[in-house]
Amino acid sequence: MKILELTALELSEKIKAGEIKVKDAVKAALDRAKEAEPAINSYVTLDEEGAYAQAEEVQKKIDAGELTGPLAGVPVAIKDNMCIKGQLTTCSSRILSGFRPTYTAQAVENLRKAGAVILGKTNMDEFAMGSTTETSYYGPTRNPHNTEHVPGGSSGGSCAAVAAGECFGALGSDTGGSIRQPSSFCGVVGLKPTYGTVSRYGLIAYGSSLDQIGPVAKDVSDCAAFLEAIASHDPKDSTSVERKDCDFMSALTEDVKGLKIGIPGDYIGEGLDPEVRQAVQDAAKVLEEKGASVETFDLGLVKYAIPAYYTIASAEASSNLERFDGVKYGYRTENYEGLHNMYKKTRSEGFGPEVKRRIMLGSFVLSSGYYDAYYLKALRTKALIKKEFDKAFEKYDLILGPAAPTTAPKLGESLSDPLKMYLGDIYTISVNLAGLPGMTIPVGKDKEGLPIGMQLIGNAFDEKTLIRAAYTYECATGKQYEKMADIRAAMETGKEVG
Amino acid sequence: MANKISDETIEYVGILAKLELSDEEKEEAKADMEKMLDYIDTLNELDTTGIEPMSHVFPVNNVFREDVVTNGDGREETLENAPQRKEDSFEVPRTIG
Repeated sequence: MKILELTALELSEKIKAGEIKVKDAVKAALDRAKEAEPAINSYVTLDEEGAYAQAEEVQKKIDAGELTGPLAGVPVAIKDNMCIKGQLTTCSSRILSGFRPTYTAQAVENLRKAGAVILGKTNMDEFAMGSTTETSYYGPTRNPHNTEHVPGGSSGGSCAAVAAGECFGALGSDTGGSIRQPSSFCGVVGLKPTYGTVSRYGLIAYGSSLDQIGPVAKDVSDCAAFLEAIASHDPKDSTSVERKDCDFMSALTEDVKGLKIGIPGDYIGEGLDPEVRQAVQDAAKVLEEKGASVETFDLGLVKYAIPAYYTIASAEASSNLERFDGVKYGYRTENYEGLHNMYKKTRSEGFGPEVKRRIMLGSFVLSSGYYDAYYLKALRTKALIKKEFDKAFEKYDLILGPAAPTTAPKLGESLSDPLKMYLGDIYTISVNLAGLPGMTIPVGKDKEGLPIGMQLIGNAFDEKTLIRAAYTYECATGKQYEKMADIRAAMETGKEVG
Repeated sequence: MANKISDETIEYVGILAKLELSDEEKEEAKADMEKMLDYIDTLNELDTTGIEPMSHVFPVNNVFREDVVTNGDGREETLENAPQRKEDSFEVPRTIG
């Protein structure tokens, strides 16, 4: 039996039926990781010993009938910006060198309670700032479908690990598209929940009003199961929302009859790669054939989302990242004269260029004299963008479009022009500003064999409609684009191109 | 209008951000910031008169709870992360003459 080809839900079924032992599932994923890691680099930390210890514990609970949930025994990976007690947590930054948190993120705790086994921590853009996973202090992650290309970012490690079969599901975080865009580039299913659905306790903050943890999965059913497991109201996160409708697996039904879908004209217009456009329009047609109505509409203000986002996110980042000063944890510079010099040198040596760029921009837009003109202006724009979405959802049940303007670029092509890289966030970013749920599912491949994703955007608290539409699409197309990446072939292709 | 970041401004931003920049980094930072601000200035095309700045998309109220300690004594674990410690304290350079 090929364990790696099972989805998380299938694997757990077989574990509960006694056909597979948890430790064998862990071994299969770890063996795969050992084979893939030299070429892909999905993980910052692989915790082999800890994984086997958890496996033993989880197995006992399953055997005793204490763990019966849909994810019991499933090996997973966690983005390295979520704290796990006692385990290295780096945010892929030098400044958090050696940091071992004294507590565990609530979302991770929830996954543990569901019986998942944590294999390790995945690579990311430093402090989740980036779209390619190339800004990591621990080296870039590569796309498992072709190692010459990036996996996207910032949750590139989580998405690559799922695509390469190095785990059966993962947690990512999404501040401006950091789950949905790499899911699109890696051919996996990713979901950013409505703001407040998953506790941010233990998630190292980037842009607190925009950050949200979400699942990265092999298919839509797994994605719903992971979301159901991690969503919770948490008194430790004051923006956490008390929801009574977190039974997301109940939305796994094949039915989009009468569903009204809108495609924003600006999402399929200028700047979109023709192959991506074609794949997304074909996917929309599939939903139409299943009984949904699909039409193009004018969303409005699309082009203002990126400047508003980078103002707000940088402002929040400059404030959130003030805590990294070399005093209580992480990196401290070796030679310094006095306290302030220690702060400055520690931060200058500890942060990479993209993080510094955003801290400086954020410090500037928050500074006296510029606060109103930049920061408040961006918050006012955010209010207008939210209104545009409210208007759209009066008419449509969900919004459909691409997740990114292109498929995955090659390594080394993006970082030289930051503004150009930021423009790639055009389809994902406004969703964070408006606090809405968004989901990416694979709908095709370009002529080079790189995955193409479709993004579905829902009204606030309406993840179920996204899941239902994604599930219907998946059933209609037979999961043909959700196959695990052939890493040996990817390495070969990479070599030929290189 | 093209933004121009002066040497004084980038110096000031460096102080606010607590970052020490080399001359080369300063020039790069100036160019990057000018480009970004020019781009952000496109927001000025929008009339936002009378629009309230939106910090949170959903109504958020203060969340109060009783101030009850729920965690145990994590002193040793916390101090283990210290880049430099002295007994039960974080060690930092002398701050007062």
